Amino acid sequence: MAGNSSELPAAGMPGKSGQAAAMRARAVAYLANRQRFRLIEGLPWALAIAAYFAFPDRMTFGSQILLMVLFALSLDLILGYAGIVTLGHAAFFGIGAYTVGLMASRLGWNEPISGLFAAAAVAGFAGVASGALLLRYRGLTLLVLTMATTIMLQEFGNLYHDLTGGYDGIPGLEFAPLFGRFDYDLYGHTIYLYALGVLFVMFMAVRRIVHSPFGAALAGIRENVARMHAIGSPVHGRLLTAYAISAAIAGVAGALFTETNAVVTLGVFDFDTYSAAVLVMLILGGAGRLYGAFAGAVIYMVLQDYLAKLSPSFWQFGVGLLLVLTVLFARNGLIDLFDRFIALLKRTARR
Amino acid sequence: MSALGIRSLNKNFGALRVARDVNLSLERGARHALIGPNGAGKTTLVNLITGVFKPSSGGVFLDGENITALSQAARSRRGIARTFQINQLFRGLTVLENLYLSVGERTRACGRLWRAAGAERAVIEEAMEHLDALQLADDALKKVRELPYGRQRLVEIAIAIAQRPKVLLLDEPAAGVPSSESHLILDVVDRLDPDIAILIIEHDMDVVFRFAKRISVLVAGAVLLEGEAGDILTDERVRAVYLGEEAADREARRG
Repeated sequence: MAGNSSELPAAGMPGKSGQAAAMRARAVAYLANRQRFRLIEGLPWALAIAAYFAFPDRMTFGSQILLMVLFALSLDLILGYAGIVTLGHAAFFGIGAYTVGLMASRLGWNEPISGLFAAAAVAGFAGVASGALLLRYRGLTLLVLTMATTIMLQEFGNLYHDLTGGYDGIPGLEFAPLFGRFDYDLYGHTIYLYALGVLFVMFMAVRRIVHSPFGAALAGIRENVARMHAIGSPVHGRLLTAYAISAAIAGVAGALFTETNAVVTLGVFDFDTYSAAVLVMLILGGAGRLYGAFAGAVIYMVLQDYLAKLSPSFWQFGVGLLLVLTVLFARNGLIDLFDRFIALLKRTARR
Repeated sequence: MSALGIRSLNKNFGALRVARDVNLSLERGARHALIGPNGAGKTTLVNLITGVFKPSSGGVFLDGENITALSQAARSRRGIARTFQINQLFRGLTVLENLYLSVGERTRACGRLWRAAGAERAVIEEAMEHLDALQLADDALKKVRELPYGRQRLVEIAIAIAQRPKVLLLDEPAAGVPSSESHLILDVVDRLDPDIAILIIEHDMDVVFRFAKRISVLVAGAVLLEGEAGDILTDERVRAVYLGEEAADREARRG
């Protein structure tokens, strides 16, 4: 081949050793640094523990926040990382909630932790079954299909009113003490620590997955699915795996819901309370950054709680306003705003 | 046995026939150019070879094996790689990660979800080797969208090379790059592994004649002519439909 370029190394051949080795070391360090724990990551967990001591009489509400963080985290895996937008994630939340509800009421199985595993398995299976079909679609089609599937599931539950209790639900569920030892108090102290423990374990698992080679492939699908096909990625399989994991985690969040409230109704499949709300939480906090789910769910829940006390019918206006402001001025969510603020502080401190 | 074989390939979009009885064969190490006027169906042919489209009839063969029924990803894993006329990159990711994905999907490392991405040393080192070879190593930790367009074009090629293909389809590799920089890309193309069979779509006739040993001329979805590069230049029909004044000028200059 012609060339005024004979002094350059041939494509595919290793280049000059010293400099190249240094670059390689930098590349390895760069990717290894990604999953290293930073001090700032301790902050949300420290705050969650501080809340336990600061608001001893609001622990039931605190548990609701924690399980919504878990629900938002499950959505982040497919929305923030794989770029799949769904409006039907409540389906898996509801399936998890009903799994433990029915196990306790029909089968008399009320051990809470095994209930979580059962909920994860059933919701994960539902994720595989529905995802195998739905994930062939994208965009608006997928939005409508996921939404319709969840509504159908809700109506199906209404049809079998005798089993599900319909919108009145299955009340008065009782769960066995945690680890067979810790009983539930009226103020929800046990349940709060339980929810926090479950969230922590799940959070670390998701954190590990998004920083894996598989997590990189999900980001590739989000960034350019055409190129992923071209480089031989089994895109559908990758998405289905992520969807199943996400569904299983949403199922665990739903199971926690039933276990903390001791009641489950068809309301767990609600579009606005769950499917849409969890999307709003993620947008508020920032998608694709793990702690966005944390921040978004906390802000949404606290704001809702506060505003609903001021005006029971207009609280959504406040949340809506914050959402609009976030989308306009903090495109990547409030966590990103926080990150930029920290970066600014560091820069000024250095001067 | 040819590396890539295309036999009696037809593709219709409704009444529009975008590929008409196309036959093409690339030997191992081939340097083959596909030329033709805009809208002749050159990119469509690449899409048919890679499996983006399924043909209406006819077949695509890799090393003699019929791969017409295989998905795009399956063909890619068997050794067909392509670059895109308009960049198809992971723009929000670093250059390193772009290569990591190509190497990682080829070696199946990307199926692992309980390992740290940074622990896949072999994948990272190979990704860096490919970047090194294209003198992109200094940009490894920059996001693709922060690179100038010409550098992005090199990443586009690097991803395809990292697939270690038997057959490489280059769809206008220097498209959109200022002519002052296009030689950087064409140098890379010149230096590609001589064992890879390469099909290049290119409008710049100087590039075509420098690079290709054989040329196919595609007009309205059909191969008008195929032959040695030298013969194509002098063919009257080719000049009439495609080369036009450019070839006449060339003749005149040679005068």
